[in-house]
Amino acid sequence: MKAAVITFPGSNCDLDLFHALADLDFEPTVVSAQTTDLSNYDAIFLPGGFSYGDYLRSGAIARFAPVMAAVSQAAADGKIVVGICNGFQILTEAGLLPGQLFGNEQPGFICDEVDLLIDNSNTTYTNAYADSRIKIPIAHGEGNYYVDSATLAEMEANHQIVFRYADNPNGSVANIAGVMNLAGNVFGMMPHPERAVDAITGNTDGHPFFKSILQTLGMAVGRK
Amino acid sequence: MYTAKIYVTYKPSIVDPQGEVIQAALQRMNYQGISSVTQGKYFEVNLAAPNVAAAKNEVANFTDALLINQNTETYRFELVSTDDEVQA
Repeated sequence: MKAAVITFPGSNCDLDLFHALADLDFEPTVVSAQTTDLSNYDAIFLPGGFSYGDYLRSGAIARFAPVMAAVSQAAADGKIVVGICNGFQILTEAGLLPGQLFGNEQPGFICDEVDLLIDNSNTTYTNAYADSRIKIPIAHGEGNYYVDSATLAEMEANHQIVFRYADNPNGSVANIAGVMNLAGNVFGMMPHPERAVDAITGNTDGHPFFKSILQTLGMAVGRK
Repeated sequence: MYTAKIYVTYKPSIVDPQGEVIQAALQRMNYQGISSVTQGKYFEVNLAAPNVAAAKNEVANFTDALLINQNTETYRFELVSTDDEVQA
């Protein structure tokens, strides 16, 4: 499966994501935000970092990057579009996912490893998990997910909430850590599964996240 | 030419973490009369438009599209004509 990892000016988790994907035989390519055609790729990944310096709001400038029209097209075509951390912020700013991520309720940047509860195990992103409670690193200053109560009720009813924090670190509404769109092909999360795929880091709970995506697309998983 | 002075704040329903931290610091500094602090953003945008109505319309459009996120933020703006400067 061909995967694009989009590098915006200021992205800094693009290579972590690239290696996590390469490790699972995804055939990833790092693609510039100036790219206007993503038709060759089966899945699009927006990495973490500080795109455009996080100026104005996280993701607010990146959503108007040249590549974003192609990302929207991929989403409309039903391709898998995943945003992690800053990538999640970009997808919400672009309106491809509901809600917004803004400043943590508890002041400051959080760098930690937190427990997540898998709220929906029947998704493209969670089907390979054996456990419903996993540990994934977080690193963000603006991870406070907000969505109005009417939209939240719709999202709950449609099982769009994929991951919740076991112990809310940032003030997110309904402890939300990761959500998908109604169709299920666009997904975003603040925690970093790409930082938890190798035993040498002491945590491999991110591995089934990527394995789930491959399984969904019917590909064999080749763990190196 | 016009200058738009745009003030962006969180909606009243949204908890403003930075405002709360600043308020707590001010109270520690013994400014006991302070009951709330809201931190916002301020923009000055110079633009050309055929008339006031067109300028207001354009400011509203680009503020909604980029300067604010309508999930949590709201804004107000003032419009100042700078025609004298343009003619000079």
